[in-house]
Amino acid sequence: MAIELSNVRFHYPDRPDQTVLNIPSWSLPGGEQAFIHGPSGGGKSTLLSLLSGLLMPSEGQVNILGQRLDQMTNRQRDRFRANHIGYVFQQFNLIPYLDAFDNTLLASQFSQRKKTPVQHGEVKKLLTALNIAENDWHRPARNLSIGQQQRVAIARALINKPQLLIADEPTSSLDPVNRDAFMALLMQIAADSHITLVFVSHDLSLSTYFKRVESLSVINRMRGSA
Amino acid sequence: MMFGKLALQSLLDRKGSVVLSLLAMTVSVFVLLGVDHIRHQAKESFSNTISGVDLIVGARTGSLNLLLYSVFRMGSPTNNIRWETYETIANSNKVKWAIPISLGDSHKGFRVLGTTTDYFQHFSYGNQHRLAFTKGNAFDQVFDVVLGAEVAKKLGYHLGDKLILAHGIAATSFSMHEDRPFTVVGILAATGTPVDQTLHVSLQGIEAIHVDWQQGVKMPNTKLSQTALEQADLQPKSITAFMLGLESKMATFRVQRDINEYAREPLLAILPGVALSELWQMMGVLENTLFLVSALVFVAACLGISAMLLSSIRERNREIQLLRVIGAPPYFLFLLIELEALLITLLSLALGAGLLAVFLALLQDYLVSHFGLHIEINLFTENSMYLIAAMISASAIVAVIPSLSGYRQARVIKN
Repeated sequence: MAIELSNVRFHYPDRPDQTVLNIPSWSLPGGEQAFIHGPSGGGKSTLLSLLSGLLMPSEGQVNILGQRLDQMTNRQRDRFRANHIGYVFQQFNLIPYLDAFDNTLLASQFSQRKKTPVQHGEVKKLLTALNIAENDWHRPARNLSIGQQQRVAIARALINKPQLLIADEPTSSLDPVNRDAFMALLMQIAADSHITLVFVSHDLSLSTYFKRVESLSVINRMRGSA
Repeated sequence: MMFGKLALQSLLDRKGSVVLSLLAMTVSVFVLLGVDHIRHQAKESFSNTISGVDLIVGARTGSLNLLLYSVFRMGSPTNNIRWETYETIANSNKVKWAIPISLGDSHKGFRVLGTTTDYFQHFSYGNQHRLAFTKGNAFDQVFDVVLGAEVAKKLGYHLGDKLILAHGIAATSFSMHEDRPFTVVGILAATGTPVDQTLHVSLQGIEAIHVDWQQGVKMPNTKLSQTALEQADLQPKSITAFMLGLESKMATFRVQRDINEYAREPLLAILPGVALSELWQMMGVLENTLFLVSALVFVAACLGISAMLLSSIRERNREIQLLRVIGAPPYFLFLLIELEALLITLLSLALGAGLLAVFLALLQDYLVSHFGLHIEINLFTENSMYLIAAMISASAIVAVIPSLSGYRQARVIKN
């Protein structure tokens, strides 16, 4: 299993009486792509932060790629995230003043691959594969179109060859044409590289791209605990 | 490599506020380095001005005044000393050598010193350096003049050139000794002391140009012929001051007391080293105050940079979150902000030091001619190295405030 959650509860440290997540059990086999939908403010981003080790569960086990995130130190989780997890947001995926090339290269600096430096050739290959024209590689990220920015974001998320890719509403700021192109590209890359993908969105129309579709309200048994 | 680029690009992205902090920092670096450099150089320059002279004797006045006019050619003597007095003291058995000096005339703003050839033999500066001639030799005739290095360079004089002395010490004098031109017979090597700004003539030369003057005014219709002048008695009747070298250093205080108690004329004898350190003590208060003020200006500039960085942290929240997501640990944010502060400091140091070097190069001549201060342009002395290291550390310490804030922000994950 790429992801295994059991008896996970989460509340913010300053609000112990308000449980945000309560997941008795949920798992995703390696190489599968899952679509999770739910309304805004339903704890989607919190779930993704738990999966990526940015947040720690208040209780329970978070097992990612066979490793217990809840038993790691902060430093180990940061390193694990850099080495194994790619992350794409709805927006602000890039450092706005760095260009596409450096944004991608920067992501490689925190992984273990630092010891065998990422070749510039790899960055170029990845940007080319994601349809970023060569003359856009050295423009500051903020001068790229939203569609381009989201594609560079995938390149940035993939530079460390992660086994798990987490996407948090990555298409929300794209127009329909760009959105379809983005989805096709993302699904193809995930399938080709056998990457486990967790895709979260409120937009149910995107679920057609996935075999496995789940509702957060089913995974998250908040009603039972409330 | 990538981190340096990240810090640099992030600063470039906030050009407006960064440039302002950079300018504030540059000005403070300029002031602090400048004050520190000048005070060390001034101290060195002052204490190198005279050496090997045991006592300086002049008419009774303050010891600083005597030091200033006899050595630094600043201010004016209160009174003259009679020639007989000089002879009596110079011939006493404790005295090894004596150099009489007579001041009061000038040439194009440079002062003229009347003395004897003993001056070139016994006067020394710095670490017991004797005066040396780059061209020609000491004066021999009444109307011979020996130029200091700076005088020759500035006014473009060569051996054999004729020049006219002016009465009084103002840069533009109306009463000239135009009837008695002097011939350049020697040019001294540069010493970095007031000697460079001085024209040296014999005491007889000084007498000769004043022979038909009375009470500081040229007498009309009394032009003496050259022969009459040569026949005239050119023995000086008074001098301004004199310097003494003693047979034994042990006798210095004894001789000093004897001179101060000299019955026939009120005299003052000073030890140049003591008077110099007195002068330096007086300057010390001023110097330390200046240094303290410039250090405070620097701290203010450091705080300015920190305030700028601190306010940037809030608007960079998303950037910080993004860095965390790609695996940056919180301490990386601490280092990044520190690096940004250091980049500004280093750039300011380079700009400030460069500006100071240009400024000193432009001001060097002025300081030498007006204050007798010889300032090296080379800023990379041991002292400034310590100061620069202290400045870099200070800015790193003050930058801990915004860096910690960045660190804390990086630990909080917001959804």
